[in-house]
Amino acid sequence: MYLPCPVVQNIKVSCTSWKCALEDVAWIISAPAYHLILEGILILWIIRLLFSKTYKLQERSDLTVKEKEELIEEWQPEPLVPPVSGDHPALNYNVVSGPPSHNIVVNGKKCVNFASFNFLGLLDDPRVKAAALVSLRKYGVGTCGPRGFYGTFDVHLDLEDRLAKFMQTEEAIIYSYGFATIASAIPAYSKRGDIVFVDRAACFAIQKGLQASRSDIQLFKHNDMADLERLLKEQEIEDQKNPRKARVTRRFIVVEGLYMNTGTICPLPELVKLKYKYKARIFLEESLSFGVLGEHGRGVTEHFGISIDDIDLISANMENSLASIGGFCCGRSFVIDHQRLSGQGYCFSASLPPLLAAAAIEALNIMEENPGIFSVLREKCKRIHKALQGISGLKVVGESFSPAFHLQLQESTGSREDDVKLLQEIVNHCMDRSIALTQARYLEKEEKCLPPPSIRVVVTVEQTDEELERAARTIKEVAQAVLL
Amino acid sequence: MRPGPGGCCYRRPVRANGCVANGEVRNGYVRSTAAAAAAAAAAAGQVHHVTQNGGLYKKPFNEAFEETPMLVAVLTYVGYGVLTLFGYLRDFLRHWRIEKCHHATERKEQQDFVSLYQDFENFYTRNLYMRIRDNWNRPICSVPGARVDIMERQSHDYNWSFKYTGNIIKGVINMGSYNYLGFARNTGSCQEAAAKVLEEYGVGVCSTRQEIGNLDKHEELEKLVASFLGVEAAMAYGMGFATNSMNIPALVGKGCLILSDELNHASLVLGARLSGATIRIFKHNNMQSLEKLLKDAIVYGQPRTRRPWKKILILVEGIYSMEGSIVRLPEVIALKKKYKAYLYLDEAHSIGALGPTGRGVVDYFGLDPEDVDVMMGTFTKSFGASGGYIGGKKELIDYLRTHSHSAVYATSLSPPVVEQIVTSMKCIMGQDGTTLGKECIQQLAENTRYFRRRLKEMGFIIYGNEDSPVVPLMLYMPAKIGAFGREMLKRNIGVVVVGFPATPIIESRARFCLSAAHTKEILDTALKEIDEVGDLLQLKYSRHRLVPLLDRPFDETTYEETED
Repeated sequence: MYLPCPVVQNIKVSCTSWKCALEDVAWIISAPAYHLILEGILILWIIRLLFSKTYKLQERSDLTVKEKEELIEEWQPEPLVPPVSGDHPALNYNVVSGPPSHNIVVNGKKCVNFASFNFLGLLDDPRVKAAALVSLRKYGVGTCGPRGFYGTFDVHLDLEDRLAKFMQTEEAIIYSYGFATIASAIPAYSKRGDIVFVDRAACFAIQKGLQASRSDIQLFKHNDMADLERLLKEQEIEDQKNPRKARVTRRFIVVEGLYMNTGTICPLPELVKLKYKYKARIFLEESLSFGVLGEHGRGVTEHFGISIDDIDLISANMENSLASIGGFCCGRSFVIDHQRLSGQGYCFSASLPPLLAAAAIEALNIMEENPGIFSVLREKCKRIHKALQGISGLKVVGESFSPAFHLQLQESTGSREDDVKLLQEIVNHCMDRSIALTQARYLEKEEKCLPPPSIRVVVTVEQTDEELERAARTIKEVAQAVLL
Repeated sequence: MRPGPGGCCYRRPVRANGCVANGEVRNGYVRSTAAAAAAAAAAAGQVHHVTQNGGLYKKPFNEAFEETPMLVAVLTYVGYGVLTLFGYLRDFLRHWRIEKCHHATERKEQQDFVSLYQDFENFYTRNLYMRIRDNWNRPICSVPGARVDIMERQSHDYNWSFKYTGNIIKGVINMGSYNYLGFARNTGSCQEAAAKVLEEYGVGVCSTRQEIGNLDKHEELEKLVASFLGVEAAMAYGMGFATNSMNIPALVGKGCLILSDELNHASLVLGARLSGATIRIFKHNNMQSLEKLLKDAIVYGQPRTRRPWKKILILVEGIYSMEGSIVRLPEVIALKKKYKAYLYLDEAHSIGALGPTGRGVVDYFGLDPEDVDVMMGTFTKSFGASGGYIGGKKELIDYLRTHSHSAVYATSLSPPVVEQIVTSMKCIMGQDGTTLGKECIQQLAENTRYFRRRLKEMGFIIYGNEDSPVVPLMLYMPAKIGAFGREMLKRNIGVVVVGFPATPIIESRARFCLSAAHTKEILDTALKEIDEVGDLLQLKYSRHRLVPLLDRPFDETTYEETED
């Protein structure tokens, strides 16, 4: 719509002469009021248009209180836990009545135990029990505190001392739970940004320790030193690119002595070579090999004749050979002492009940007094290992001197569930024929590299030759009946 | 501003949410009178909140965290400053070999490896902790009962190493062990039973629960724990710490949210981290903070993807072991119900120690155990044994039996330890035909109130709830940590002192744990000595004079009067 615009006229006129301008002013004054108001509004409109944004931003999407309430009302969480079907293979545990020693009563059936890690038969040793009893009469059961706050007993110091001496290291530190030992030790040293090279077959405790450390994890193929070296080399090249970062990046190799999941031994001499070549520290988990391998039961280092000083940290639990509870780490004071403030499972947990520490000390006494026990164990391992060869459908996995090894299906049925069922059937039949066995249990979704299903056979010094033969025969017959 | 029934009992200064220490105090700030106006301005809302929730509480909930006096705070910082300066100086001297280096060093062969420790990591240990290291890890050689025997040790190199003199300091009053109900004993029915089981079963198990380490004893224990807690089922584990860190990952995972109290124990923190769930922290025992997080979580969903959270798990403890505070469970349960979250309650310190029947914090508030989804606790403290449990609905326990990391990979509880738990628990429940358990519970409650009241009367700053057997006494200054611990031991009293990193940097404290085994004489002796040492070290910081009315029944005249 056209509106007469006297202002524009003004400018034109004012160019001509002063006089005209004055006339114009007079004209403005004489203009009707409505006109001036209109002009004023128009000018303001133009200014507004000039300064305002050309388009409007979207309205901010703040939710109203009511909308929020609706959202809260609508939200339905998942159940806390998914339902577990009644026939889940892991739901109904075997019930052991009485002590879980050599002769064991499982689900009411008397069996010979081929499942507990009681390698040296110290679980029901009268000397161990007597020592524990003396301790119980002196200290009671619990410690009622962590090590820092009046939870350190003289027995703990004794046990640490004895373990250090036994392993011929400077210092040892005990934990009140086997699982927590390596799982606390790894994150005490390896932090975010550090690199850990770890064997694919490493046990669950190591996996949890690595996860807690939040370090960079490099998996190498099980016992494959070429693969490890490849990773170390790659890292070396990486380090050369960024030497500043490399100077503060710690490197660790984490391996097990005897692998829980495979029953195989780690090639320690090669590992030590790689350690010095690539300057990576070795952490060794010896839960299965401590009190088993070597002339005096000191584990893989003794087995290979390697100086224990070449290993930065050795960890083991006291729940297998020593038949007590808890775990320990040993090595040089420079390394071990750090855990006394940084090992979470050490600092923040109640200490080991003194009677369990006393039992472990007595078990160490027996091991020291009686070094022949280890070769007896090895003989028995070899015997059953040999006897179990050549079962159609089952293969033996693990070293011939390992007291815990696996029986896996030669050919999988294609589904893990069916494999597990098949193996369970073998286990059940053996149990009926008074040989107590168990499948190796895993959390299938949690394991980094899930091992194939297997029956784990455990050899102890208490098993007589006759029992070993009978066990091998039974397994053979049952496997034949089930698998063929 | 009259607090509602069962709400806050302080008139002044008004603290958010009924005198609970919140962020502003925790991070070291001191609120002086100038800030009181601001506090008063916020008061209307706070009191409103308290009256709102006052109905949830059946009895008064008195919890106090007196603020740090300004001068003390300044001096504490100065103290740390001096220590740090000297630390650098001595590190410099050690570097140039002017001062002898005591600590262990790297092997020669591995000198060119990347250093195992970051230098700063050990600065604190080397220069601050080492000076007062003799206050921790004191080895004892007796039952950790009301009195303990401590092995005397000496250091000739300023705590770098200790030598045992062979002497034993006998009969030290034990204010440090978590022996709440006094079950740490080497005689009596529990020990007899444990000894019998030990002789029958031995000490170890050598297998896991899922393989062949599930003994009849374990099944018996779990049934008993379930009936003790009043839940459908329970499961027991070999270590309290691991109960948290190995079971939380079984319950939540990626896409789930964990709301965790800022002062939660390391085991809960580790479990939460291992689970892979998102973790958000709310202020200690602060229900507004929790509610805001809950609301925001549901309204805004997961960050980036904006998907709704799969589930929300609230992690709280019954009694916080460093603060002595009790969780505001009625409010937490109300919030959890309102927002459909799940509640994980860690009763490590409260089970046995709280509640008229010793059933822990749920019993203390008179609530229904059904309302707590996951009841976790330990056997280490009140039961004088070791290990932990989780109780709850049958579905939960069935799931844990199949998916708990502990059940699959960790050795099960030692049989004599199980027996100790069973007999002590039966004693608490009165199933042994005596009233011993009940008496212990009452004794502990009386000791707690008495000890706390006396300390407050003496003018110490005492944190926490009046019913909490964990009693923190504030020391603040780093030098006083060592001095208090040593002076008390000199007077034959064993106490726990804690400083950074277990507490915020300026809030170093001594902590007493009361026990039913403490007699009145023992407590009076301890109090007399604490009083003396308090004068000696000038620890009586409290500016709130207390009218000692805590033992009277609650009515509106029983506010704790405070005068600045």
